[in-house]
Amino acid sequence: MTTDAVLAPFIIGLPLAGAVILLLFGKRMGRVAGVIGSATVGVAFILGVISFFSLLSRPEEERAVSRHLFEWITAGSFQAGVDLLVDQLSIVMVLVVTGVGALIHVYSIGYMHGDERYPRFFAYLNLFVAFMLVLVLADNLLLLYVGWEGVGLCSYLLIGFWFERRAAANAAKKAFIVNRIGDFSFLLGILLLAFTVGSLTIGGVNSAAAGELTAGTATVAALLLFGGATGKSAQIPLYVWLPDAMEGPTPVSALIHAATMVTAGVYMVVRFSPVFEASGGTALAVVAWVGAITALWAALMACAEYDIKRVLAYSTISQLGYMFLAAGVGAYSAGMFHLVTHAFFKALMFLGAGAVMHALAGEVDMRKMGGLRKAMPVVGLTFLAGVLAISGVAPFAGFFSKDSILASAWFEDQYALWGIAVFTTLLTAFYMARLFFRVFEGDLKVPEGAHPHDAPRSMAAALVPLAVLAVIGGVINLPRLVTLEHFLEPVVGESHVPTGLTPWVLGGIALLVGIAGILIARAFYTTTAGATRRQRLQRLAPWFVTAVRNKFFVDRIYGRGIVLPGKALASFSSSVLDTKVIDGVVNGVAWLIGRGAEEGRHVQTGYVRNYAVITLLGVVVLVGILFLRIGVA
Amino acid sequence: MSEWPFLDIVVFLPLAGTLLIGLIPRARVGALRIGALAVTVVTFLLSLGILMNFDTGTADFQLGTSVEWIPEWGISYITGVDGVSLWMVMLTTFLMPLSVLASWSVERRAKPYFIFLLTLETGLLGVFVSLDLFLFYVFWEASLVPMYLLIGIWGYRNRVYAAMKFFLFTLVGSLLMLVAILFLYFSFPGSPTFNYQELLGTPLSLGTQRLLFLGFFASFAVKVPLVPLHTWLPDAHTEAPTAGSVMLAAVLLKLGAYGLIRFAIPLFPDAARELVPLVMTLAIIGIVYGAAVAIVQRDMKRLIAYSSIAHLGFIVLGVFVGSIQGMSGGILQMLNHGLSTGALFMLFGALYERRHTRRIADYGGVARSAPVLAGVFLFVALSSLGLPGLNGFVGEFLVLLGTFFRYRWWVVPAAFGIILAAIYLLWAYKRVFHGPITNDANLRIPDLRPREMVMLAPILVLIAFIGVYPKPFLDRIEPSAQKVVDQLRDSSALPEAAVGDADAP
Repeated sequence: MTTDAVLAPFIIGLPLAGAVILLLFGKRMGRVAGVIGSATVGVAFILGVISFFSLLSRPEEERAVSRHLFEWITAGSFQAGVDLLVDQLSIVMVLVVTGVGALIHVYSIGYMHGDERYPRFFAYLNLFVAFMLVLVLADNLLLLYVGWEGVGLCSYLLIGFWFERRAAANAAKKAFIVNRIGDFSFLLGILLLAFTVGSLTIGGVNSAAAGELTAGTATVAALLLFGGATGKSAQIPLYVWLPDAMEGPTPVSALIHAATMVTAGVYMVVRFSPVFEASGGTALAVVAWVGAITALWAALMACAEYDIKRVLAYSTISQLGYMFLAAGVGAYSAGMFHLVTHAFFKALMFLGAGAVMHALAGEVDMRKMGGLRKAMPVVGLTFLAGVLAISGVAPFAGFFSKDSILASAWFEDQYALWGIAVFTTLLTAFYMARLFFRVFEGDLKVPEGAHPHDAPRSMAAALVPLAVLAVIGGVINLPRLVTLEHFLEPVVGESHVPTGLTPWVLGGIALLVGIAGILIARAFYTTTAGATRRQRLQRLAPWFVTAVRNKFFVDRIYGRGIVLPGKALASFSSSVLDTKVIDGVVNGVAWLIGRGAEEGRHVQTGYVRNYAVITLLGVVVLVGILFLRIGVA
Repeated sequence: MSEWPFLDIVVFLPLAGTLLIGLIPRARVGALRIGALAVTVVTFLLSLGILMNFDTGTADFQLGTSVEWIPEWGISYITGVDGVSLWMVMLTTFLMPLSVLASWSVERRAKPYFIFLLTLETGLLGVFVSLDLFLFYVFWEASLVPMYLLIGIWGYRNRVYAAMKFFLFTLVGSLLMLVAILFLYFSFPGSPTFNYQELLGTPLSLGTQRLLFLGFFASFAVKVPLVPLHTWLPDAHTEAPTAGSVMLAAVLLKLGAYGLIRFAIPLFPDAARELVPLVMTLAIIGIVYGAAVAIVQRDMKRLIAYSSIAHLGFIVLGVFVGSIQGMSGGILQMLNHGLSTGALFMLFGALYERRHTRRIADYGGVARSAPVLAGVFLFVALSSLGLPGLNGFVGEFLVLLGTFFRYRWWVVPAAFGIILAAIYLLWAYKRVFHGPITNDANLRIPDLRPREMVMLAPILVLIAFIGVYPKPFLDRIEPSAQKVVDQLRDSSALPEAAVGDADAP
């Protein structure tokens, strides 16, 4: 067996063992809990790196290794085992999950210091990493679904970590239920594939998709699976849980709601790309358009948000939209590339936001902040790296990955999608720069009683490496070096972006648009004249400003249009159908019988013993009837 | 070892145990408890002998006894287990000691209480192992009486109404079944017999089959319960003492599904086949309706009761779709529901003992005062809502898969039930355990005690084990499940799952 196949179960097992140990004995450990939690993920990362090099050492066609651990569900001809698949795609995800995961664990040692449920936090975080690794290493769709719902559970637990706060408890519940709606669709997709393909292994499904699966079936299956992705990866129409999920502790937002879990949908689409391809264009077009529209939609809302974490949340939704756009135009490696760089810079910015909140006693309103760069230079500088990366300024990581998405859209002749994506780039640069200028530039402004200080050592220990990755992360896909694109080719196929002058022009456009966004934000948010300029702009379309500030009323539409009528129907069923109609008939019959037996009324004394006697008599009578009938025969 | 008649000993040991309890003076409540616990634990340990001696590869009845009882009427004492009843027997013997532990706080009339509890165990076990229709009917009625008394005497405020309702519903159904049994008895061509295995081949016209099927179905549908015959259940559950709710949900409800699998389908396969659409419709209505009504309940025990209606809908659906996945999943789900709903009632019973209210609104923030209880409750709730990796998912997935293989569109409303399950459980969980503590009474709720941990731990282990490695369970279920599927599906039709496994190994 190859080294990576041997190590795969341990990569999952380590954080899982950590979670179990911390859940059972964490209370007595105190601060050690954080060290244990970080260590299990750190070692898993090291195993991941070893596996990666073991993979690289083999020729390209031998890099996918499947390992059967044990039988799981078997009934009739249906079979699903606990099988792991280590290949180019899963190892990239393993490295991101454990690498970024380990850094965020270390950060949490400082961030969660003093929390009364400190060990519990690391237990949940470890459990999350374990489930996420199950998701990316699973060799069949059903096991993937275990990880898929498992990370959802951890998301629920961690959003509701401070469950005493009503908002946190509500957000946790909302996240789980909205995801369940997506999973309903996902599960139907699994059933359809199990039915038509007969096997749920990744190889089985993908080769069937390339062969016997009809376009119609493939379309339905792909769209059902994608329905699940819109829940997990917060796309239209199921994105509404993610902004609320910011109620969770900030490291959770960084790890789960930015770097890893929310990208599971993108991973899934890339993993099952043959199914999406087999639909003959329809499914991929839906993926691309949902991605593009979500990217724009969420970027608009990010522009009007004052909560620092929610800006980042909308930004995440928007960036995930880019990844789906990439997958939808068949640029899977570009999507994965952006997934990786986004994990770096978005985790970095969330952790930076966490450091700001940590320094400002939990304040999240950007209007109460300003000029923090001088008070917290490490945070300010690393955050700036994140802003430049996401805005697509060369040579930061985000420039390369976003540029390859834009170029792919262009070369697939999807000019409308390209246009939306470019405009979204402008918005992205604008809202990120807006956040940075408001929080870190200008005169020092902090909420009353707060004493801003720079990030403590454990937090800085996570910020700095992530900042470095946000700056130079683009190298993993620089042409003629070790390229991610080339590495992933055996799994996702070749990229279609040609060489020549056009890609340079497209890159130049993307870069200029990004810089323009930053300059616009600068004009609006760094000078005193900016405020009047903002007002003048807002007066141009006040209805639009209202709509954006109210998040396009989506939550209210869902509430009044679905939740309320649903509840009313359930209440009607409970209090009218059940109690009045069905039970009414039952009690009516009982009453009629009671009237008929008016004479025997004194028997109904309500004294239970009498009923018991009647019961026993009843049994005796029944047996008597039985004997009588037999006698007659 | 295999010479031992484990099965018959296990069935009657609890009844014999009532004699032991009878010897203990009624004032010695502690001794009564220990006595009941000892009897049920020994019963469980002996039942492990059934499990160990069970032959996995066959659908035949095993480990039973056959002696003539009243030969002139064709009544015999015939017992035996197969893959369907094995897990029901194990579930009953497994949960009974835990139910005794859940009854630790019963002080009032403890002696008859434990006597009825033990009688109930023998009655339930008897139903699952009887292979003679007369014997079956005796046990069936016998299990009804102790349950009725447990609710009626040790229940809560509305117990008399609830007990009567429970009793009348079940009795009406039972009478129809009795008539059907007698009709079948007289229709048998050979010398009159109640022997189940001999009666299986009775030639009946379709019209007769239909009537007899409905006679059995009436009884079983009330027990399941299928909507609209379900309204006894919320009342019975709500008013029953904790152990009563546990046994009611975990085992008594399975009598209906068990009866359908054991009797209604094999005895009247043509009628069953014909009525599949009707039964499936009722099952799916149960899934959606039960779950929807559960959402808006204000009483926690009522909520769990309605969730049972939804879960049992899944089981009946699996049983009637006529595929091995559905049948195996349905049977496994009978066990799963027993574990998770049993545990939910135990947990809420523990909470009730601390706060003496069933109203969800009276709680809030309990996770702060009793974190372990809250954590365990969540774990069980996740099992109940079918989280993959825990037991409920395996059963539900197989049922859905089996349904999809045979009736593609029916799976959509059934799968919709999993969304509703998440809504009612997590919303209730939020209101009870999350949020700030607004009621001072919730400030100092003691966490789980060692006795309660001992009571819950075995269930939690099984919930996780079945979720991760259901193979030992499914292996024992499958041959018997396959037999019933064959009976339900026209023998002239294609062999098992002709659809959907084109290139399966």
